[in-house]
Amino acid sequence: MPPTFGSNQPGATEPAAIRNFCIIAHIDHGKSTLADRMLQLTGVVDPRLMRAQYLDRMDIERERGITIKSQAVRMPWTIQEGERTGEHAVLNMIDTPGHVDFTYEVSRSLAACEGAVLLVDAAQGIEAQTLANLYLAMENNLTVIPVLNKIDLPAAQPDKYAEELAHLIGCDPDDCIRVSGKTGLGVPYLLDEIVRQLPSPVGDASAPARAMIFDSVYDIYRGVVTYVRVIDGKIEARDRIKMMSTGAVHELLELGVISPEPVKSKAISVGEVGYLITGVKDVRQSRVGDTVTINSRPAKDALGGYKDPKPMVYSGLYPLDGSDYPDLREALDKLKLNDAALVYEPESSAALGFGFRCGFLGLLHLEIIRERLEREFNLELISTAPNVVYRVIMEDGSEVTVTNPSEYPTGKIGAVHEPTVRATVLTPNDFVGAVMELCQGRRGSLLGMDYLSADRVELRYTMPLGEIIFDFFDQLKSRTKGYASLDYEPSGEQEADLVKVDILLQGEAVDAFSAIVHKDKAYAYGTTIAAKLRELIPRQQFEVPIQAAIGSRVIARETIRAIRKDVLAKCYGGDISRKRKLLEKQKEGKKRMKMVGRVEVPQEAFIAALSTSESPDSKSKK
Amino acid sequence: MVMAQLPDGEPVPENGILPESALAGFGRRGFGVYLHVPFCASRCGYCDFNTYTASELGGADIDGYLDAIEAELRLARGIVPGRPVDTIFVGGGTPTMLSPAQLCRLLDAINATWGIVGDAEITTEANPESVTPQSLRQLRDGGFTRISLGMQSASAPVLRILDRQHTPGRAPQAAIQAREAGFTHVNLDLIYGTPGESADDFDESLDRATGAGVDHVSAYSLIVEDGTRLAARVRRGELAAPDDDVAADRYLAAEQRLTKAGLNWYEVSNWAADEQARCRHNLLYWRGGDWWGLGPGAHSHVGGVRWWNVKHPKRYAQRLGEGKSPGLGREILTADQRHIESILLGLRLAEGLPTAGLDLARVQPGLLEVKDGRATLTLRGRLMADAVVRDLLT
Repeated sequence: MPPTFGSNQPGATEPAAIRNFCIIAHIDHGKSTLADRMLQLTGVVDPRLMRAQYLDRMDIERERGITIKSQAVRMPWTIQEGERTGEHAVLNMIDTPGHVDFTYEVSRSLAACEGAVLLVDAAQGIEAQTLANLYLAMENNLTVIPVLNKIDLPAAQPDKYAEELAHLIGCDPDDCIRVSGKTGLGVPYLLDEIVRQLPSPVGDASAPARAMIFDSVYDIYRGVVTYVRVIDGKIEARDRIKMMSTGAVHELLELGVISPEPVKSKAISVGEVGYLITGVKDVRQSRVGDTVTINSRPAKDALGGYKDPKPMVYSGLYPLDGSDYPDLREALDKLKLNDAALVYEPESSAALGFGFRCGFLGLLHLEIIRERLEREFNLELISTAPNVVYRVIMEDGSEVTVTNPSEYPTGKIGAVHEPTVRATVLTPNDFVGAVMELCQGRRGSLLGMDYLSADRVELRYTMPLGEIIFDFFDQLKSRTKGYASLDYEPSGEQEADLVKVDILLQGEAVDAFSAIVHKDKAYAYGTTIAAKLRELIPRQQFEVPIQAAIGSRVIARETIRAIRKDVLAKCYGGDISRKRKLLEKQKEGKKRMKMVGRVEVPQEAFIAALSTSESPDSKSKK
Repeated sequence: MVMAQLPDGEPVPENGILPESALAGFGRRGFGVYLHVPFCASRCGYCDFNTYTASELGGADIDGYLDAIEAELRLARGIVPGRPVDTIFVGGGTPTMLSPAQLCRLLDAINATWGIVGDAEITTEANPESVTPQSLRQLRDGGFTRISLGMQSASAPVLRILDRQHTPGRAPQAAIQAREAGFTHVNLDLIYGTPGESADDFDESLDRATGAGVDHVSAYSLIVEDGTRLAARVRRGELAAPDDDVAADRYLAAEQRLTKAGLNWYEVSNWAADEQARCRHNLLYWRGGDWWGLGPGAHSHVGGVRWWNVKHPKRYAQRLGEGKSPGLGREILTADQRHIESILLGLRLAEGLPTAGLDLARVQPGLLEVKDGRATLTLRGRLMADAVVRDLLT
């Protein structure tokens, strides 16, 4: 239990004493370590129970150093030095996801705050995603406190990056607070400044309750735990709550605050941040951005800004072993409980068997889901190359939504629309040329370019999302020696000259390899995949032509020559057992082959051919 | 020939006794004896057979070995009943590391154990450099009827890569000497596909072999076996790995030149002048006959039971000295396994397999031909024999 004193009573805290803030930071700029220090200094975590990265709950998060799900921690603080020394406050630190796929979640976390701590590594400077989130915070009228972290590092250049931050938010470089999350240096001062600088929440205490959901997490013991910021009024433990987007009414089983373990309370009130438990089992019934009100005295209007999560990237997930299909279904059903953005439906592929077409917010989301399926559910998976959603208008005016290249219509096509993003790249100015070349090669159009400081440049592009999900990030990193950073957000759609390229083995299309690509890249895609497959598919007893085709037009061709010799020369008395066992093993191996027509294709070939690591770009450079 | 890698299996009982099922029908099938001589003067880089140079023997010697073979024969006599032996094959290693007298002493011991039929085929392998007109004469007089010489190649650079000790001309010369010593049946072994070997090199080898007037040639593609010096050299990039397409071309050359010289294939890697020239001992392996394998690491087969001896000569002699079977492991084949073996072995022969029960439609066209109710590999099919077996069985 945290120390409870004065106004720090959930449900009865004066809004004037509350400071709601988030920390905007890039992965590995030290957010979790700074949060650890704050937990210690405010006394909410017993020093004996302290552990590193206390707030990062999921293993994957901790290992990868990224925070996927945000949380809110309530901490009491009393100004220790300087002006207003002795003033009591209640701080709610709302954690924000730190990656590009979760922009919407970030925006909801920001909407729950009045202020933001902009945390930047004093040895690295600001990164593109941080910049994007900073802009988002400024658009939301949050008060921003610039902070340089890791000033204890020998490589730290706090003066340089203070200039950069000052330039970005329009303050004085001296306003940047310098801290070390690792040693704790400067952190008490930062806490004092949060109380002094950030505005307290303003809401109508007597109005019907309205609380915004900024996070929703499924817990196997307790069901869905919903994190809310109360904007108006008060929610009490015995209330029945209502979700304003759906009208669904739920009994409240529990409410409280996190400090940083859950603390049950009687109520949470205007300006406060807390959690609700209703017993629902699926985060879809408690969606981020939705407004919670009280059924007996409902608010008239929901808070603005609610959006349904919309999958941007699709990929087919198939079990390596076909008999794992029911397990994959069960695993997806479980993950879905905690992930309102994950969508999937069964599909079957002639080449890969039964699997699921899955929709994701982006590539990282895909990677996380895939990794969790493999790690937590022990599944071995093949995932098809990710693709975006295309809107195809037929000449007769009808419209087809394509989430899988195999659904691409064959009739007369009028126009194809593809989703676009607004991408921001931050790069040292030495690499501006390389970045521009990459972006232009990916059909980007330059929106603008700014110098953040003498040697750091911000480039803004509109680009097809389909180009970004195809190893763009890897390419960006390799062309800038790892220095560039990327952020993007959906910016609509554009008409484009797109075609579907099919890959045929012995004249038979292999659905798993079909791709929708820009007309100018069809040839490169076709030749790359065909060449890859020629290397990956073992020679068969007959010649196997590999073709890439647009419709009936063949654009690339390779041939796997027929195998001519498959016999062990010697087979005498002592060889017979070994030979028979080899044959038995080969029989087993044959079972793990996928048959495409008469062609036996090892699963490894599918996995390797579908991996994007060897793109046309990286290959042509060799 | 005895492989370095032994298969897994169940242990052989200490007394070596076979299940009764194995002995049912024993004597109605052919019965052969294989005798393994695990000694070599030096080890060739490609070889993974169970053989030892002097320094690797750990105190075992030839006298101890001869005693141990006789001990194994006494044990064997208690396990399989008296029945004259149809074929004997002495392999290695280098059998001619034993003197002709020692080799003949072992034939006598086999004769004393089971008897040897009057027209038995009795073969020994020999290295070309380790025989002389005198030793060949002694072997012939001692009862050997057939000699198999490891020629490998007529190219000096190829012999050097294979670590063979003889000069290119020595093997054909030894073959001629063997014929002069009274051997009507002489085989030359060839290896093709050695890194650095040209098509011409191999043509030359074939011509030199047939030119020596032998009635039998075996030709094998070089196999890079794990753990050999050759494998290490290939791994390090000192030598190119043998290429299957090259091996296929060499095989076709062998077929063409050997046939022209009057030698016809009767097994995938074996060509003979006529029925009498075929190696009856090896045919016994391929037709599922019974044989007792004597010596360290030797494999045996009797009535669907396969077993194999401990590999090291010292351990082998010890086991027999303790009155125990030298058998290390065995497998009692299921009906299904025997069926698989009959197909994988029978298909390698020119006589082919009865078509009854075979689903020939599973095999790619052009690999098998059917005549008189038997399916036989075509020339192209011989190069794809393992694939054909897989297609027939899966």
